[in-house]
Amino acid sequence: MAVYERRYTPYDGTLTPRKSRFLVLPAYSYKEILSSKMFLIFLAAWGLWALLVLPILIYLPHNLAFLEKFGVDPETVKGAFNFDAGFFFGWFMVPSMVVAYLSALVVGPALVSADLRNNGLPLYLARPFGRWEYVLGKSAVMLILLSAITWVPGLFLFVFQSYMEGWDWFSGNLGVAVGIFFTSWIWIVQLCVISLALSAYLKWKPVARLSLILIFVVMPRIGDVINLILSTSWGSVMDLLKMTGIIATGMFGIASRSAVPLPVAWISLILFCAVCVGLMAKKVRAYEVVKS
Amino acid sequence: MTAVIELENLGVRFGRLQVLKDLTGSFSGRSIGLLGPNGAGKTTLLHCLLGFHPPSAGTARIFGRDILTDGNRIRGLIGYMPERDAFVAGMSAVRLTRLMAELSGLPPREALERAHEALFYVGLNEARYRKLESYSLGMKQMAKLAQAIVHGPRLLFLDEPTNGLDPPHRNRMIKLIQEIRDSGKANIIISSHLLRDVEECCDEVLILKDGEIATYCNLEEERRANLRFIEIETQKGNAAFAEAVGNLGCEVAVLSDRKIKMVLPEDVRIRDLYRIAAEQDIQVRRLDYKRDSLQDIFLKAMGVNHGGL
Repeated sequence: MAVYERRYTPYDGTLTPRKSRFLVLPAYSYKEILSSKMFLIFLAAWGLWALLVLPILIYLPHNLAFLEKFGVDPETVKGAFNFDAGFFFGWFMVPSMVVAYLSALVVGPALVSADLRNNGLPLYLARPFGRWEYVLGKSAVMLILLSAITWVPGLFLFVFQSYMEGWDWFSGNLGVAVGIFFTSWIWIVQLCVISLALSAYLKWKPVARLSLILIFVVMPRIGDVINLILSTSWGSVMDLLKMTGIIATGMFGIASRSAVPLPVAWISLILFCAVCVGLMAKKVRAYEVVKS
Repeated sequence: MTAVIELENLGVRFGRLQVLKDLTGSFSGRSIGLLGPNGAGKTTLLHCLLGFHPPSAGTARIFGRDILTDGNRIRGLIGYMPERDAFVAGMSAVRLTRLMAELSGLPPREALERAHEALFYVGLNEARYRKLESYSLGMKQMAKLAQAIVHGPRLLFLDEPTNGLDPPHRNRMIKLIQEIRDSGKANIIISSHLLRDVEECCDEVLILKDGEIATYCNLEEERRANLRFIEIETQKGNAAFAEAVGNLGCEVAVLSDRKIKMVLPEDVRIRDLYRIAAEQDIQVRRLDYKRDSLQDIFLKAMGVNHGGL
C-alpha cells in the first residue's frame, strides 16, 4: 500500500512478539510525558538530590584529606550523619515517596481517561491485545517511572554506601536494602492502582487529579476527625500514607509511633487496592453494557 | 468456498435481555451487509465476534477459528471501524494509526510507513498531522477507516461507515469500500441501516430482526431474479389490462388504478405486454424493472406488506 499507489494491500511482514507488545503503550506515553519541560525539571531536581547530593554526603566522610584541605573537621562531618536505616528512611525513602506521589499526580490521571473519554478503548481491544494487557501497559508507565524515582536510586545509594563502608556494613544493614525495595513497591503499586482506577472511573483528567489529592490529603484529615470524635485510632486506616509508613518502618526496623497494628495497615492497603482493581475491571471494557 | 463467518446457535444476553437468539448459519460472501432496524442486534453481533461480549450460548467461527478459544488470533485478522466517535484526544491521526498498527504487531518502522499509507489512501493527506479532536465528522470517519486497515486485515468490520457523512464524504467512503472489496484481499462485513449503502457495497445481505436472522440472501441472484419483476404505470384505468396480463400467466398486483406490478414467467416477454396494451388501447407511461430489490427484501424480512408481491 505504497503512498503513491493508493490501493489496499494486506501486511505479510514479520510481527513483534505478543508477550512484549504491552510495552508499546509506555513507549507512546513517555513521549508525551517527557515533552513537558516542567516535569523534566522536576525529575532532574530529584535526580540531583538522589544521585548527586546524597552520594556526596555518603562520600565525604570517607575522603578526610579532601575535608582537611578545605579546613573542615572530619569528625564534625562524620558525627553529623549516621548512615543507618534512619538515614536511608528519612533522607531518601520519605522524600522519594513524596516525589513519586507528585509524579503520579501528573502522570496517572491522564493514562486511561484519554482513551475512555472519546471511546478510544474499542480501537485497542479490537486488536490482538486484551484488557489486562492494556492495564499492564498503562501500569508499566507508572511502574517504570516510579521505580526510577524510588528503589532504583535507593538501591544505588545502598550499594554505594556498602562500597564505601565495606562488607561488615553491607551484611549488617541488608534489611535497609530490603526495606527500600519493598516499601517502594508497596507505594508504587498503591499509587499506580489508585490513579489508574480514578482515571478510568472519572474519565476526566482534572477531576481524577483532584480525587487523587483528596484521597491522600483530605481522607487522612477525615480519619483524624473520626479519631478525635470517637477517641480511637482506627480512623487512621483512612490515611494510606500513614499505613504505608507503618509498614515501611516495620521493614526498616524502626519503631513505629502509630497505635494502628501492622496487620491492620496491611489489610487496609490491600482492601483499598482491591476496590480500585474492581473499579478498573468494571470500567476498562470496550463497551459498557447496561443490564436491564 | 471457505466460510468467513459461521454461527452456531449463537446467543448473547445482557442481564434479562436476550439480544441475539440462536443465530445459526454460514456466510461466505466477499462483502456481507448486516441489516436490521435499530436494536436488531447488528452491532452486538459484531462485538460478540470481536470478543467484546461473551456469548451466552453457542459459538461462532471466523475463518474456521472459534471465537471462544482463539479470540486473539481472530482479532489479528480483523480490522474494526466502530460506529461511534472513537479516538484518543491529543493524538494526531498518524500517531494513533501508527499506535494501532504497533498494537496489531507491526514493528515500529513498518507501522509508521503503513500509517502514512493508510491515511493517504483514505484521503487525509496533510491533515494526518492534525490532532484528531480538530477533525470534522467526515475526517474522523476516514481516520477510523485508516486505523482499521493499517495492519492489512483479512476481514473488515465496518459499523455504520457512512453515518453522518455529507454526500461527497459518503461517496468517497463507498468508493473506498468498493475498492477494498474489489481488491479481493479482504472480506468486508458492513453493518448499516442504510439500504443504499449496503446495496452499493455488498454482494450478500444478512438481515436481523429482534436478535434473530430474518433473511440471508445473495443480492446478485436477487437482482437477476428481479429482472422478471416489472412495474407498469398506465394513462388510464388498468383493470382489464391487469386481467389480460394475468391470463398470460403473470403474477399481478394492482397498486392503484394506474399502477400494477407483475412477475413475468420465463416464456413471457416484455413485447407481449406492449402488444396487450396496444390491443386494449392503453398508453404505457412508464415501465420499470424493479430497482428497489433490497428494500423489498428488507421489508419482506421485517414482515411489512409491500404491494402484495
